[in-house]
Amino acid sequence: MSGTQRDNGPANSTEAKKTDLRMHERKCSWASYMTNSPTVIVMIGLPARGKTYMSKKLTRYLNWIGVPTKVFNLGVYRREAVRAYKSYDFFRHDNEEAMKIRKQCALVALQDVKAYLTEEGGQIAVFDATNTTRERRDLIQAFVKENAFKVFFVESVCDDPEVIAANILEVKVSSPDYPERHRERVMDDFLKRIECYKVTYQPLNPDDYDKDLSFIKVINVGRRFLVNRVQDYIQSKIVYYLMNIHVHSHSIYLCRHGESNHNVEGRIGGDSELSPRGRQFAHTLREFVDEHKLSDLKVWTSQLRRTIQTAEELGVPYEQWKILNEIDAGVCEEMTYEMIQETFPEEFALRDQDKYHYRYPGGESYQDLVQRLEPVIMELERQGNVLVVCHQAVMRCLLAYFLDKGADDLPYMKCPLHTVLKLTPVAYGCKVEMFYLNVEAVNTHRDRPLGKIPKDSAIIHRRNSYTPLSSHDQVKRPRLYSAGNQPWLPLAPTPSALMPEGRQSQESLCEGIDFDSPDETSGCVRF
Amino acid sequence: MLDNEEFMLDSYPRELTQNPLKKIWMPCRNGHIAQRRVCMTNCPTLIVTVGLPARGKTYISKKLTRYLNWIGVPTKEFNVGQYRRECLKIYKSFEFFRPDNEEGLKIRRQCATSALNDVRQYLSVEGGQVAVFDATNTTRERRGTIVKFAEQNGFKVFFVESVCEDPDVIAQNIVQVKLGSPDYLHCNSEEAIEDFMKRIKCYESSYQPLDEVLDRDLSYIKIMDVGRRYLVNRVVDHIQSRIVYYLMNIHITPRSIYLCRHGESDLNIKGRIGGDSGLSARGKEFAKHLRKFIQEQNIKDLKVWTSQMKRTIQTAECLGVPYEQWKSLNEIDAGVCEEMMYEEIQEHYPLEFALRDQDKYRYRYPKGESYEDLVQRLEPVIMELERQENILVICHQAVMRCLLAYFLDKTADELPYLNCPLHTVLKLTPVAYGCKVESVYLGVDSVNTHRDRPENVNVQRSTEDALQTVPAHF
Repeated sequence: MSGTQRDNGPANSTEAKKTDLRMHERKCSWASYMTNSPTVIVMIGLPARGKTYMSKKLTRYLNWIGVPTKVFNLGVYRREAVRAYKSYDFFRHDNEEAMKIRKQCALVALQDVKAYLTEEGGQIAVFDATNTTRERRDLIQAFVKENAFKVFFVESVCDDPEVIAANILEVKVSSPDYPERHRERVMDDFLKRIECYKVTYQPLNPDDYDKDLSFIKVINVGRRFLVNRVQDYIQSKIVYYLMNIHVHSHSIYLCRHGESNHNVEGRIGGDSELSPRGRQFAHTLREFVDEHKLSDLKVWTSQLRRTIQTAEELGVPYEQWKILNEIDAGVCEEMTYEMIQETFPEEFALRDQDKYHYRYPGGESYQDLVQRLEPVIMELERQGNVLVVCHQAVMRCLLAYFLDKGADDLPYMKCPLHTVLKLTPVAYGCKVEMFYLNVEAVNTHRDRPLGKIPKDSAIIHRRNSYTPLSSHDQVKRPRLYSAGNQPWLPLAPTPSALMPEGRQSQESLCEGIDFDSPDETSGCVRF
Repeated sequence: MLDNEEFMLDSYPRELTQNPLKKIWMPCRNGHIAQRRVCMTNCPTLIVTVGLPARGKTYISKKLTRYLNWIGVPTKEFNVGQYRRECLKIYKSFEFFRPDNEEGLKIRRQCATSALNDVRQYLSVEGGQVAVFDATNTTRERRGTIVKFAEQNGFKVFFVESVCEDPDVIAQNIVQVKLGSPDYLHCNSEEAIEDFMKRIKCYESSYQPLDEVLDRDLSYIKIMDVGRRYLVNRVVDHIQSRIVYYLMNIHITPRSIYLCRHGESDLNIKGRIGGDSGLSARGKEFAKHLRKFIQEQNIKDLKVWTSQMKRTIQTAECLGVPYEQWKSLNEIDAGVCEEMMYEEIQEHYPLEFALRDQDKYRYRYPKGESYEDLVQRLEPVIMELERQENILVICHQAVMRCLLAYFLDKTADELPYLNCPLHTVLKLTPVAYGCKVESVYLGVDSVNTHRDRPENVNVQRSTEDALQTVPAHF
């Protein structure tokens, strides 16, 4: 295999810019690359219809496949503007003062959307609000047109009172609007809040007023879908994703194969068998599965011996997926880290510089792995209870999807041997329970290296991962290279919190906006 | 260990053995390998088309069948019109389809029953997984019969309805596929069109489209105006979800797909497979000819895709237009045989070499891939190709064979032996129910990299027999 070229530094500044752009460009995921103009996804629906659930889930998925996406939840803006929520009266459509505030919040949120998509490198903004009137949607459309964004509507329609009640109990009772959390009171107030919206609700009309819009109408939690005028690749993927998720309760169990002979020797990759301790783990795993009494548990493995041997012990049918195979370490397969350090010191250093994007020569990167694993994620969304017996890098990628971890964190997530992670979707996130099955094993985790890694050392061009500029993108936007929500951005809830809102300062957000000035409120159309 | 003891030790893990062809680890006991059939669905699925004539039902049926077979789901279509033609022998006129034609109705019902019997045979006996029942099925009564049939046999049912009122689309349909139908061989165009329009009228009065309320318990997709809008109801499993995704991505806008390989590479010249070498002098010459060819073709909004290997990228660079790289388009991974000549493979891995000739589609190189793996890898590419319009894909031999097999509906047996020579561009233009292929050799010499299946595929064969079909190289 011929060696890599070394670039000793470009001669002039335009060259430098081009090189820089190329270096940055190659880090974009394929999915991100295929998305040309920024898109605003606009949620529509009465309260308690799962808009925020879908917004967050969709955002998590899009970020995971490498498309920088962010949610803008109007409720959060409203809570900042009106510090103390008193009652549903705020939402009455004849409450003029409240209407003014709510409209302002929408405008502020849209400004943030604009900033995210044009200056901060975002590609998709999810505008999570009721957006139940044509007026509001027309306002958004005007905004979108003005900024040359695409727009895709996601409407959730539900008339099943049980689903709505369950929704309210699961996420509204713990909302900041109801600090006292008295169930009946919350239910009562919230139902009245919904009634306020119903008065002015104008659902999307595919036959007439809204026939030229691009949208998906999700009816009764996915029993039925109406899809209109899908424009492009990313909208097609969004539709496919929304059609595959469900809200039935289920648990996903992730674990690695039992300790393998290569593990014991400190070798990466390969296709070795289980060590005696690995076999013991497999035996204990069987007890674990029996203990948890999982109905209709599906078991998936890779096509490498060590996961299959582990699953064999369980005595239940299992399915082999080649795409669950461990990351291909190319020329470094079956080496120890010491051997790699000795034989390929440059590669070793490069990997520590950017473990997510680094591709082993003749092998894969974590980024490749994520692309490879997408069908697994899609199928996990469709399924009920599943146990996935896989490998370290693979498990990190899957876990990052469920726990909304970005490219920086993903390659360093802890996935020790002989430990089962149980993931249960709850509210807007995922509950994680860790079960160490008490069978000793070697530690295969390599931490993030300490100290500064010189990032501006001579750049080695990898000729097989070069990605040129595409014609649609001559005006280069700075891109976010780490997939995943950046927690510092205002009003973005931290992924691990079950309490949705963080406590960051919102003054900066409302800076310069004078709610009482006539200019601000002129042209204000009643919501 | 004695046989009966082994059975008692229930918790003892079964030994794993690796299938030498597919390199898949499978459990075995006493030498018996447990067959694992990875399937997409638990029970067979019956897809039922619904719609007036000239709404694209057969187009959808054939395309869907082609796609499902390509991704490895055994699928077959059953066109009731065919059964009717076999029964009637001669088609006189639209009168046959009049709703008050008792004789006609009897025959049509018989044909449907006969087709359903064949469906049952295919799904229950012959190992098929999906059957596409292509007919108008425009009445609730007929659909009810089918649902009952499916229930009796343990099949799932998924309806695909095509609704379209655009007269231009319908006219275009008739011209493209009806004029050439066996029904109208003896007519001129005007007569045929007139008769067909009357035929459509016969169905219109009794047409009961799938209804949101009355049919709310059925699983279906309603395609409106050739994909402008879709209504999807109660998708119940993986295969239905994939079918819906596929149907939502296809379109009928006229366009052409250009497939070609990279220019001749340095490793090609040496007769070595795989690797990541650059273009040879002749390969670079080809790239220049390709640029000229593309310019002459004057294609509107042409997209260009390459793999992430040097030789395709170098070829595309010469074109002077933006292009996009897909890792999924990389050549098949030959594992331990990477960069070897066939002679060397025979020398070092004669068993592998023979196994490959025995079943080239399923054979997986040690630590590498099989054509079967390649197809799975290329599925997102195909999905995106369906969404695109004019496009040029610069790829590799095995990859091009897989893509070509999809467009030309080739079987797994034919696929690995499709001819995809260097320096030749294939232009595929969807037409009627299939694909027109034009092969353009761009006039630059190259080595031949095509290795036919030798006569002797026995693992004991001589070196001479093994290397019988290896193409010449430097």
